[in-house]
Amino acid sequence: MKLVTAIIKPHQLDQVKEALEAYGISGMTVSEASGYGRQRGHSEVYRGAEYTVDFVPKVRVEVLVDDIDAGSVVDVILKTAQTGRIGDGKIWTVPVEDVVRVRTGEHGVEAL
Amino acid sequence: MEIALDSGDTAWVLISAALVLLMTPGLALFYGGMVRSKSVLNMMMMSFGALGVVSILWVLYGFSMTFGSSKGGLVGDPTEYFGLSGLFGDRLLGYLDDTVETVPGIPALVFVAFQAVFAIITVALISGAIADRAKFSTWLVFAGIWATVVYFPVAHWVFSFDGYVSEAGGWIANTLGAIDFAGGTAVHINAGAAGLALALVLGKRVGFGREAMRPHNLPLVMLGAGLLWFGWFGFNAGSALAANGLAGLTFVNTLGATAAASLAWLIVEKVRDGHGTSLGAASGVVAGLVAITPSCSAVTPLGALALGAVAGALCALAVGLKFRFGYDDSLDVVGVHLVGGLVGTIGIGFLADPGAAAGAEGLLFGGGVDLLVKQTVGALAVLAFSFVATSVIGLALEKTIGFRLEKEAEMAGIDLQEHAESGYDISGVSGGRFGSSGAVTTAPSAKTPEGASA
Repeated sequence: MKLVTAIIKPHQLDQVKEALEAYGISGMTVSEASGYGRQRGHSEVYRGAEYTVDFVPKVRVEVLVDDIDAGSVVDVILKTAQTGRIGDGKIWTVPVEDVVRVRTGEHGVEAL
Repeated sequence: MEIALDSGDTAWVLISAALVLLMTPGLALFYGGMVRSKSVLNMMMMSFGALGVVSILWVLYGFSMTFGSSKGGLVGDPTEYFGLSGLFGDRLLGYLDDTVETVPGIPALVFVAFQAVFAIITVALISGAIADRAKFSTWLVFAGIWATVVYFPVAHWVFSFDGYVSEAGGWIANTLGAIDFAGGTAVHINAGAAGLALALVLGKRVGFGREAMRPHNLPLVMLGAGLLWFGWFGFNAGSALAANGLAGLTFVNTLGATAAASLAWLIVEKVRDGHGTSLGAASGVVAGLVAITPSCSAVTPLGALALGAVAGALCALAVGLKFRFGYDDSLDVVGVHLVGGLVGTIGIGFLADPGAAAGAEGLLFGGGVDLLVKQTVGALAVLAFSFVATSVIGLALEKTIGFRLEKEAEMAGIDLQEHAESGYDISGVSGGRFGSSGAVTTAPSAKTPEGASA
């Protein structure tokens, strides 16, 4: 099993979620995140005083998938989260040792 | 002459008093939204604290110090109306052995109520200069001492006209003859100079000029600005002390000058920074309100538009001075209230139109420099007295009971330290439960603030 984590622009979330559902993914976890990459932050001006805001709002999407689906899920997110402009985010995949469904106690792929 | 109770005037002044009272909670929102989320409650509590302390002092001796028989034009007799004695019942405004001409037909206690709310908001205004870093208990002590030593005497100078409550009043109103209709000197220059003094006494916030100290809730700021504007109609038009044409003129001028100042601030921002901001619009509103406060009886509606535009633009530029000179006037009490108050008070010397209610002639209307000199003397006298007296009070409190919060507590957040509260609980995962055990304290102490060592 793999954990696919994507950091995306907040307003791309709905598109990504719908595409993942269409692909057949049955669940995901979404959290608000802040950060910067090459995009860096932006500047805001309050009463003439300029502040650089480094950590800009992002959304983190986490999806647990079977090994064979990992590549395709990354592609689905890539296609729907991409605007081509700076600040589109990152996607990464890491191996997962075990997954347990809390309600039933099922392990492994059964629990996805 | 015989004075008769006028129920229309009385009703308007009562309503105006309530309108002006609402300005202080409005100011709490205006200021509260501008600080960081960890100090929103303390910022608001400084205004609510002023409501408590100053109201009580006003009843005890504040009114008497402001409107009692004058000691040389400098201060009223604090014992004359102690506890408001002698003002109950049907006593109307006007000196008892009245020989002077016109005095509004309102009960003396209605005037007491109306003037009380001016004292409260003047003290509350100062708090914006010392955001995030003043011990709350010391602030309350300061509020009482400052009202007594600075506000009551200065309000006596400016607001106590001969024959209104006592035979002889204050020197700026009667001897100098400067025009300050609703408090450009006594309220705004006074609070602005005091704010500058306290900002210098307490020093800069940790991280000032280095960290981003963004306003945490601009909708609160906008709501506060709206309530201030609403209440300010009572402040200015209520100062007519009558429901008449003068109230109408001051009302319209309060509308026009404020609108012009808000737009002028936005234009300065657009040209200088590239964007017109909501904080700029709200700040411009307050700058315009401040500037029209002393002048609303002396200028025509066209003059009010000009004065407002000048005030909005100048204040938009003045708020940058603190970074150049390195004083942490956190929420720009100097840039908005001191500068705006000076623009309004001295602006009368230029823009006073004999066609307006006050009938005074400014420099641009053929009156020469006479009025300009009077206005400048009045403004600078209040500025100097307030700055010096506030510096002494502030330093004395800092050396004795301590005024500045400990550094660690300030960094952890003054709300937790001084009030054991948090302004917002949005996440819902703070893991709280009812009651306390020996394992946790209800609030971090100054010595060991949680998280400060991390």
